[in-house]
Amino acid sequence: MSIEANLITGRTFTQGATMEEGKGTKAYTKAAAVCEMDPEDMMKIGVKDGDTVKVTSEYGEVVLWARRSSQYPHEGTVFIPLGPWANALLAPGTDSTGMPSFKDVPVTVEKVEDGKVLEAFELVRSIYGGGN
Amino acid sequence: MVTDVVCPFCGTLCDDIDVELEDGKIKNVKHACVIGARKFLGQAHAHRPKPRIVENGEAKEVSIDEAIDRAAEILVEAKKPLLYGWATCTCEAIEKGVALAEEVGGVIDGTTSVCHGPSVLAIQEVGYPTNTLGEVKNRADLVIYWGANPMHAHPRHLSRYSIFPRGYFRERGAQDRELIVVDARKTDTAKLANTFVQVQPGKDYELLSALRTVLNGHDIPDEVAGVRKEDIIKLVDRMKSCQFGILFFGMGLTMTPGKHRNINNAISLVQDLNRYTKFSIMAMRGHFNVTGFGEVLTWTTGFPFAVDLTRGYPRYNPGETAANDVLARGEADAAFIIASDPVAHFPRRSVEHLARIPLIAIVPEETPTTQLADVVIPAAFTGIEVEGTAYRMDRVPIRVRKVVDPPEGVLTDEEILERIHNRVKELKAK
Ligand code: SF4
Repeated sequence: MSIEANLITGRTFTQGATMEEGKGTKAYTKAAAVCEMDPEDMMKIGVKDGDTVKVTSEYGEVVLWARRSSQYPHEGTVFIPLGPWANALLAPGTDSTGMPSFKDVPVTVEKVEDGKVLEAFELVRSIYGGGN
Repeated sequence: MVTDVVCPFCGTLCDDIDVELEDGKIKNVKHACVIGARKFLGQAHAHRPKPRIVENGEAKEVSIDEAIDRAAEILVEAKKPLLYGWATCTCEAIEKGVALAEEVGGVIDGTTSVCHGPSVLAIQEVGYPTNTLGEVKNRADLVIYWGANPMHAHPRHLSRYSIFPRGYFRERGAQDRELIVVDARKTDTAKLANTFVQVQPGKDYELLSALRTVLNGHDIPDEVAGVRKEDIIKLVDRMKSCQFGILFFGMGLTMTPGKHRNINNAISLVQDLNRYTKFSIMAMRGHFNVTGFGEVLTWTTGFPFAVDLTRGYPRYNPGETAANDVLARGEADAAFIIASDPVAHFPRRSVEHLARIPLIAIVPEETPTTQLADVVIPAAFTGIEVEGTAYRMDRVPIRVRKVVDPPEGVLTDEEILERIHNRVKELKAK
């Protein structure tokens, strides 16, 4: 089961605070590799807090933990904190402003059983290969 | 104990931090928010890279001199290198960076282009009726956060400047002020508001236009952007009748459809409001010295971000010359990344190009960007291990302090930039 949703990305203080502990840490992954959804939307695709979901946009896909929105309601909108997970889904264009669209990206969210959520460095290497 | 230290995380630049030292190490931090405290406490056990270069797919540890040589070679060989980042450098380092960009004929851009670049475009069109945070603290009785969530991004903004502090004309602090939050989500900032206005995602432009329409005496439909007509009218009345209003805006306006048009409309609303009362507007600049980057670049090249120096003179055309433009179109043939992490924060296609070209990373700790870098040079933490000038979000320059020494052998951004620049000059002279 899947839903079509509007993706917003942005800062959360746990993302900011764990980023300062290091982007290679598990804490950072836990804070930023999450897809925050309203309970109504979670019900529609049959996921609970902590289950894994696959989020797909025209530009990429990424596996994340589903999390009940802390700042809701916003049915039909999902939120992913700033970071490599969110950005793997974003469009390349800047509408002639230099600014990519970090908010309002159409995505599909579906449940995946026991999906693997990659840590930041793993994710970067798996998508982009790796200099080193 | 070192007192009155400046926090180098966000554009709030809190300058009242106390840092307790023991044996030259940071032991405790007082007054900072969670993020700021982690910034200081993280310094001691940061995952610091060693200088390294990648050759034939193999990473090897090298001396700092070798890493600097390799970085200089990459820059000299490139036709259109991108020099990007700068948000956590001091102004002194940024000045050196501009000189280097000019020397190698590159494109220099900062994190501005992925946060308030659109705001800059709008300000250039319609102006910027703004003020300092001190004035907000002393005078504001109506505070609006629009598309900004300071409880997460600038945690002490409300307690130091906008809502809670007692001010000269606002002796009772929060009781003398009203807070309105406009956002697509009921954020933690919205939960504190006297009035929360939930705008449909991506419909901020429409709501701003509706406010202006009412303000200018015209009728509007029964509902605009998910907000009822009577609520819009009430909002306008509130704005018109305050003594000193301030509209803080964030990424919820700059990143959503409309981008600079949204900001243009918000500034125009504030200009319209000044026919009735005193109203001001301010961008919630995010990262530490991102404001300083704009200042330095403006006084050295004439433009605030996205400056292309490949022709030997500055050209400015966001949409063509910003970091994500030259990356997504595959134009940059080398990247020099300092004090930022574009691999974590740029859209996929830009990062794919970064992975293809020679990539130099100058950062205090391992990040997703260092994972793809061909040259990594460790730098000291600005504001903790390095002193210098930074600009607060209201463009007030503040001297940031040094509280501890960097680890043995770790250079400052300024030293690294200077040494690369000298090496570039030597290579070019050959
Ligand atoms: S609000 Fe910003 S500047 Fe102040 S302590 Fe927190 S992170 Fe640092």
